Amino acid sequence: MRICSLAELARGEALRFDGVSPPIAVFHTEDGQVFAIDDTCTHQDASLADGWVEGCEVECPLHASRFDLRTGAVDAPPAKRGVRSHSVTLQDGEIHVTLSEDVPALPPGVSY
Amino acid sequence: MRLAQRRMIGSITIVGASLAGHASAKALRAQGFTGTITLIGGEAHQPYDRPPLSKGFLSGALAQADLALEADAEDLGINWLLGSAATHLDAVTHTVTLSGGHQVTSDAIVIATGSRARTLGSVPSGASAGASAGASDLAGLHTLRNLEDAIALRSELIPGARLVIVGSGFIGLEVASTAVELGVDALVLGSDRAPLARLFGERVAATVTRLHERHGVRLRNGVRVTAVLGPHRVTGVQLDSGEVVPADLVLLAIGSEPNVEWLADSGLAIAGGVVCDERGNTSAARIVAVGDCAAWFDPVRARAHRIEHWTDSRDRAAIAVTSLLEQPHPARPERPSYLWSDQCDARIQFAGRLLGDEEATVEVGDAVEVDEASEFGAAAEVAESAGTVRPIELLVVYRRAGECVAVLGINQPSLIAKWRKRLTLAATDFSPSPVRESSTLQGVLPT
Ligand SMILES: Cc1cc2nc3c(=O)[nH]c(=O)nc-3n(C[C@H](O)[C@H](O)[C@H](O)COP(=O)(O)OP(=O)(O)OC[C@H]3O[C@@H](n4cnc5c(N)ncnc54)[C@H](O)[C@@H]3O)c2cc1C
Ligand code: FES
Repeated sequence: MRICSLAELARGEALRFDGVSPPIAVFHTEDGQVFAIDDTCTHQDASLADGWVEGCEVECPLHASRFDLRTGAVDAPPAKRGVRSHSVTLQDGEIHVTLSEDVPALPPGVSY
Repeated sequence: MRLAQRRMIGSITIVGASLAGHASAKALRAQGFTGTITLIGGEAHQPYDRPPLSKGFLSGALAQADLALEADAEDLGINWLLGSAATHLDAVTHTVTLSGGHQVTSDAIVIATGSRARTLGSVPSGASAGASAGASDLAGLHTLRNLEDAIALRSELIPGARLVIVGSGFIGLEVASTAVELGVDALVLGSDRAPLARLFGERVAATVTRLHERHGVRLRNGVRVTAVLGPHRVTGVQLDSGEVVPADLVLLAIGSEPNVEWLADSGLAIAGGVVCDERGNTSAARIVAVGDCAAWFDPVRARAHRIEHWTDSRDRAAIAVTSLLEQPHPARPERPSYLWSDQCDARIQFAGRLLGDEEATVEVGDAVEVDEASEFGAAAEVAESAGTVRPIELLVVYRRAGECVAVLGINQPSLIAKWRKRLTLAATDFSPSPVRESSTLQGVLPT
């Protein structure tokens, strides 16, 4: 699935991709790597694309849970469950994502 | 260099097994410490999260197990000593004495004993007349700091009960919001001219007022409570005007005090918290303090300042641990202090530092005048609710000498996220503190 061209997503930027349900977040880190994880925090309804990226981790913009961009694993509370991570490939300067087949871990009260 | 300073740290005792203590243990392992970690906790529980105690846990939406701060199957190799409080610290030998007399000696100490709810008896202003003696024995009189407090309060939040909350700060407002959802008649008595006005200004206060009024919370401002009336069970509170406000239960939400009494004869510098430098070092070697109990040096205020926010308590643990292990601090800008509060279905977020002399600009918000908001806000919402009720939105930016120093948002998580990043970059301009020793400066300032 094509997301956008790499040129459209500057280093340090992230975007929320609504073309799938639940939406995913695609990150271009400062050191040039691209990652895709589910966009919705597992704690409550927050968009991780708004979050704070440091190294290979994103911090939720609401209550600061941290998720590993490579695996989706949660590394700091209050969230308890990780998000799904999706595999990213770069072809001819385009970002492509293959969705994980795992069941998404959505926060209580949120459904898509 | 003294020999003692070169000796490797093989064992570390952390006192206080909550957010900051647990985050310190995690940070120690993450930073490669393989020695012994002993975690002493006054509470019998494994570390748990406090913010839900006034929100989801109080409402019943979350269970106790949901509050755990440890990840599933987390194993940091910690010696847990839970259920006994530290009563004494020997800052030279790094020996902690527990309430049962047991002693733990290690090479270094992390102090993370947090804070507790203030009671009327401890209010310095003399507002305590008649209330202090035995007030905490009154049935129906509550404070909210730990799990037991929340369970006790929740058991009395029954529909129709008249809850009077003394204090219109974050915890008071959050409990009011939750109580109303449970069918409780909640009245907030605040001494401020409007909730949060002193901290954040009129516009924020007006919007918070509107948020609560449309949620069904009653607010009374500018009142002082002088006594909680009993004798066996609360019947109400008395105001300084002599007026009696009836109540079935009362929550005192009038701030907190650091848990530092156990350090009184330790020789550590204590002034409204454990006094630390900018990186968590106390006045004694190999002892750091972090979280709600600690007052770290604030270079802008040019004095030690205690912060009681969740994110700061968690994130500063890694900095304190780096200091303790005498490792170089990573050269990245320090993030602005950050606070969130969830109330009345709204997300309130604040980042930065306010000294009180800033100019506040509303960058996002309804064109409602302050007076209109408080007097007619509720009516306007009723009219609106014919359709769906529009969420309240607000973004206030605070500037000093033209420089953005803080930002507050209500239901603006995306913008707040952007602003926090911007404030972080701005923070790199801060000049180092004059009292800090040059040796501790290494690697601190980003280039
Ligand atoms: C009801 C409530 C709601 C909150 N909501 C928010 C929010 O929405 N957003 C936000 O940013 N912050 C919030 N906070 C604040 C946040 O929870 C605190 O900043 C955080 O808990 C501080 O962590 P800490 O580990 O420093 O201290 P604490 O959590 O207070 O933990 C200190 C621990 O040390 C133990 N202890 C104390 N003395 C001793 C001793 N002598 N020996 C051994 N152990 C001892 C205590 O029993 C306690 O377990 C809230 C706090 C409360 C109470
Ligand atoms: S919503 Fe992400 S941590 Fe709470």
